[in-house]
Amino acid sequence: MKEMSLKNMPEGSAGLVKRITTQGMVRRRLMDLGLVPGSRVEVVRRSPLGDPVAYKIRGAIIALREEETDRVIVKPFI
Amino acid sequence: MKHKEISLIAENDTIIALAGNPNTGKSTLFNMLTGLRQHTGNWPGKTVFQAKGSFIYKGKKYVLVDLPGTYSLLASSVEEKIARDFICFGRPDATVVVLDATCLERNLNLALQVMEISERIIVCINLIDEARRKHLDVDTGKLSETLGMPVVATAARNGEGLAELLKVISEVVAGNCRPKPKTVRYSPEIEKAVAKLKPKIKNLLGDQVNPRWIALRLLEGDTSIEPYIKKIMKNKVRKAKLREVLA
Repeated sequence: MKEMSLKNMPEGSAGLVKRITTQGMVRRRLMDLGLVPGSRVEVVRRSPLGDPVAYKIRGAIIALREEETDRVIVKPFI
Repeated sequence: MKHKEISLIAENDTIIALAGNPNTGKSTLFNMLTGLRQHTGNWPGKTVFQAKGSFIYKGKKYVLVDLPGTYSLLASSVEEKIARDFICFGRPDATVVVLDATCLERNLNLALQVMEISERIIVCINLIDEARRKHLDVDTGKLSETLGMPVVATAARNGEGLAELLKVISEVVAGNCRPKPKTVRYSPEIEKAVAKLKPKIKNLLGDQVNPRWIALRLLEGDTSIEPYIKKIMKNKVRKAKLREVLA
């Protein structure tokens, strides 16, 4: 499967983080939350309005907004 | 310089900060150590609570500060800012970094960030009972050696390891045990810039803060530390003037 931004991953899917396409504090924050290249990330649940979305990252459930997940490039498992 | 809120505590009290990711059992540990005698204090103008309590160990009083759970110390949220400001500018006598034994990989990131700010750190691997149930074996000796800091495994909810933790805290506070946190090294360009900035910062701010950490924040373009730097400088000028007058 081709790489895509985390924003476009469907609920219930999972993949590996490939890279983060932003710089500075946003990049640092995403990495602090565990989104470093090679991390497994799973799309757990979408909120009623579709944003934010809950992700499982390294053993914790974390809600992220589209403007952040748009910057995370993931390779889906299937 | 003690943090504003904390200056309410007597000057000679020993202050221990509890830092860690959310849900690592910090508050359970806090309640076990303080015997639930905590009163929560609202940080000025903030909705985030920070609990404070005390305990006596071998006749010495310790004030324990339960910081909000955070994944990092970058001050990108109110919780992170409170935790970071306290560890950096509140100058606790020791900081206990509470880590979830079942999620070490995620949790160690925060430990590394605390290590960059402070030296007097104790790593507490909590929820060790949970880890055992998941057949995870944590080699605390190896971890301690790798990080350069004391590491204690605990299961706060049933009291396991707390006696050892108290002993290590008292040793670090007394200076009998000196943690030597390994320094995180960055790329040569960054290290070069840090080396340039460090002496200037030290000259300007003295020993109040960790100059390497301030240099890294300045290079990162983090403006949130500015008010503190100004405050420290003002205090320094005031002290110098006082000396002049007295001389």
